[in-house]
Amino acid sequence: MAVDVMTSSIEPAGITEGMPGVVTDLASDKQAFAVPWGKAMMWIFLLSDTFIFASFLTSYMHVRMTTTDPWPSSSEVFALTIGGAHIPLVLIAIMTFILISSSGTMAMAVNYGYRRNRGRTASLMLITAAFGTVFVGMQAFEWTKLIVEEGIRPWGNPLGAPQFGSAFFMITGFHGLHVSAGVIYLTVVALRVWRGDYERSGNYEIVEIAGLYWHFVDLVWVFIFAFFYLW
Amino acid sequence: MATKEATQHPISVYLWIWLLLFVLSAFSYMVDYLHVQGLLRWTLIIVFMLLKAGLIVGVFMHMKWERLALKLAILVPPLCLLVLIGLMAIEGDYTFLTRSQAFTN
Repeated sequence: MAVDVMTSSIEPAGITEGMPGVVTDLASDKQAFAVPWGKAMMWIFLLSDTFIFASFLTSYMHVRMTTTDPWPSSSEVFALTIGGAHIPLVLIAIMTFILISSSGTMAMAVNYGYRRNRGRTASLMLITAAFGTVFVGMQAFEWTKLIVEEGIRPWGNPLGAPQFGSAFFMITGFHGLHVSAGVIYLTVVALRVWRGDYERSGNYEIVEIAGLYWHFVDLVWVFIFAFFYLW
Repeated sequence: MATKEATQHPISVYLWIWLLLFVLSAFSYMVDYLHVQGLLRWTLIIVFMLLKAGLIVGVFMHMKWERLALKLAILVPPLCLLVLIGLMAIEGDYTFLTRSQAFTN
């Protein structure tokens, strides 16, 4: 019996789908999730990270609802004058496109990883890391502009509600930290791909796991973009 | 095993999703650029946001091709956050009313 269960967890043939599949996956004395353990752990980490960012965004919602001072218009705060034209929110729009592009190159890197194309996987991952670096650079530029030119501080600003600064620095700062960590993570994995570590072990799963983290960083930005910058 | 299937997609799938994400981002930027206001603004922001999030999680993160057990384990718990958001919204409303009475004029 026990032997039977063991083999069925490895052998994917004849598995049940839908709700009965959930029951058999969770109820039998075997591995519940039919994915490599590293991938399952990354998903669970990302789930916990979801709660962290959601708590930040909920507290932002709360301070924005409760303040009696006017909330600064993000459309104007993040506007830039390029070539004499005043374009609202343009820096954030460019940052959004850069992060989405990095997600695209990462998805392609994962695909080439499973095709065991070492050169393309490593170079696409390095391109992804480069996009991430550009993103963090633009964020540093944005922070500098807000701190030096607009005089925005975590405890107050000349534009209106003092909570604007604390919410902004906390949320974008934590996201930027995630991007920076992702750049390091991707670079390390890319160099190991390049060196042929995974070619020898015959296992490119780490590329997909690193990819999950990177897409998550992009996903969080989608929510920050919608709620903090556009709302 | 779900992973094995997911690996066989042609690159074009990702390029299409990439393009869609670009278009959706452009749309959400246009909401601000064209000064759409009120309920329509909030609806459009949320719709574009959820579509983008769905594409990233579903295709880029391969969730679409995972077993239902993993999908449920990852996607259902965040729904608890709706309770938190609801409670904070009610409480925020109350705090705002109290502050308006106590601190203005």
